[in-house]
Amino acid sequence: MRYVLRKIGLLLLTLWAAVTLNFFLPRMMPGSPTDAAIAKLAQNGPVSPATRAAIEAQLGVPTGNIWDQYVTYLGNVLTLDFGVSYTFFPQSVSDLVLTALPWTLVMVGVVTIVAFVLGTLLGVLAAWKRGTFLDSLPTLTGTFTSAFPYFWTALLLLFFLGYVLQWFPTSGAYSARATPNLSAAFIADAAYHAVLPAVTILITSLGGWILGMRNTMINTLGDDYVTFAEANGLKPRAVALKYAARNAILPNLTGFGLALGGVVGGSLLVERVFNYPGVGYLLYNAVTNQDFPLMQALFLMITVSVLVANFIVDVLYGYLDPRTRR
Amino acid sequence: MTEKEATAQGEAPEPTQPPPSGRKNAYNTTVDGGGGLVRVGAPPSPLTVLGRAAGTIWSVPKARVGLILLAVFVLAAVFAPLLAPYAPTDNSFARAEGGSPAHPLGTTTAGEDVLSQLIYGSRVSVLVGMVAGFGATLIAVLLGMSWGYTRGFAADVINFFVNLFLVIPGLPLMIVLAAYLQGGGLAMIIFVVVITGWAWGARVLRSQTQSLRSRDFITAAQFSGESSFRIVFREILPNMTSLITGSFFGAATAAILAESGLSFLGLGDTAMVSWGSMLFWAQNSNAILTGQWVLLFAPGLCIALLATSLTLINFGVDGLSNPRLREGKGR
Repeated sequence: MRYVLRKIGLLLLTLWAAVTLNFFLPRMMPGSPTDAAIAKLAQNGPVSPATRAAIEAQLGVPTGNIWDQYVTYLGNVLTLDFGVSYTFFPQSVSDLVLTALPWTLVMVGVVTIVAFVLGTLLGVLAAWKRGTFLDSLPTLTGTFTSAFPYFWTALLLLFFLGYVLQWFPTSGAYSARATPNLSAAFIADAAYHAVLPAVTILITSLGGWILGMRNTMINTLGDDYVTFAEANGLKPRAVALKYAARNAILPNLTGFGLALGGVVGGSLLVERVFNYPGVGYLLYNAVTNQDFPLMQALFLMITVSVLVANFIVDVLYGYLDPRTRR
Repeated sequence: MTEKEATAQGEAPEPTQPPPSGRKNAYNTTVDGGGGLVRVGAPPSPLTVLGRAAGTIWSVPKARVGLILLAVFVLAAVFAPLLAPYAPTDNSFARAEGGSPAHPLGTTTAGEDVLSQLIYGSRVSVLVGMVAGFGATLIAVLLGMSWGYTRGFAADVINFFVNLFLVIPGLPLMIVLAAYLQGGGLAMIIFVVVITGWAWGARVLRSQTQSLRSRDFITAAQFSGESSFRIVFREILPNMTSLITGSFFGAATAAILAESGLSFLGLGDTAMVSWGSMLFWAQNSNAILTGQWVLLFAPGLCIALLATSLTLINFGVDGLSNPRLREGKGR
């Protein structure tokens, strides 16, 4: 219990740091949203100070000293009030983010778990059959595919499976005529649309799990207790799975939390390619339109999701490996 | 990562005495307690060490493939003006053409030669990989090693910051930074990639420093009155060469992929010819609809091959510090 409490404390501290970073980031940067908006207006003619004030008021540019701004900001974050989007005016940023979030969470979550399980199994196999075809094939393929840029895999799948063979839909998360609901028909439709983005993420992230598991497994296989188990005449399969893999999986699980950030980042690029209406696509739109409130809220949301996922893995890890609970 | 000693293979055995500070004076001989001369093995010159390390890496088949691949890309980048048939921005050709003797890989929708763009594109990736990889590794070494050597509150504070940078998803942070710094070009991309890419290396180097910190030769160095700075960077650092090399290649790979991602989103300088921006233009000009698959395929393949070459070299580098991961020795 003390372990969990300490982890909760650390999570809160990290969350606070992420929120604070998100507050200071735009303030450290050159230029301001108002300047950006005025630069756009200035292309059509001179801009009066009155217009400037009007834009500031409209954009909700903060006033007062930095400490007051910070306190207001913390309050806004806690109440999920991130202001109004510039691009999708007058929709509030929170609404936009909350509409986009489930798409990414479900797709990335499912794919990540599948990739982790599959990759770990392949890694165990590769280490156990070291030097054979079962080792070199997944290891080399994994090395190569994990070097694929996410968006490239996405573009190729989109081109060959989407346009040339027309097996899968090429854009969006559900058919244009459907409205999101929880009926079986809609879920099937959404799953069908998610296949290509999901497979992209699977292909690109699988290699990392295979290689990571293979390396820790090879180290574990050299340990004395494994040799001892072998000398006792246990079945090779039992030695591999019950003795070596069980311990080798622990470091790989720590990697899980850290790799998640990378997968989430990759999913942003994938969503852009498939016009998948998740946070990645929204972030892309926010960035290209210089929609700063939306951009910041999305960044915060993504960071918080990854932090929480990490926290869950950490707590789980404590139960799997009692040594970390000290 | 094993806690095993990271001594590069085949080196002089660990000296029983702390290495004399004036290393050059005590090149071949050292004075023992009784005043007589005792011969110890000459410390190998840095060049020999480098040669041996290169030999070990080269002996791993995977790493050999990686080194050759990397050499191809570096040569392409250096000699781009000689190799490329046209200037990369010359858009005076027929638009969106397929392969032909004049344009082996066809032309873009804007009428540029794809092969020339591909060859020039290697410059950006190789440059970003090298510079950002170096920058991230430098921060990782400075921070990771001093972090591993200090104890107490300072270490806890650094710990928190490194962990923060480790868990904050890199690409979203890069995208946000790049959005604020728009128009910064290549320098901005390198800056953003370095800022988000050093944490992993710092953590790896820190744990190795921690395990070396308690070795006898460090205790000896402490008693002989060496400064902490000297102990960290002259006594511990040489033992971590392979880890540092490894994190350099790791950081360079990440940098190359990150640059291509940012360029693909159009956040870099879209006028600059890089593999990422080629894909940006390919997607924006609907190369998918016009069926120009080479335009989609070639730049991404180059990115993947370059990144793979660095990962492959790292297989050899892993073998330097961890004999268990060396190939062909069985388990």
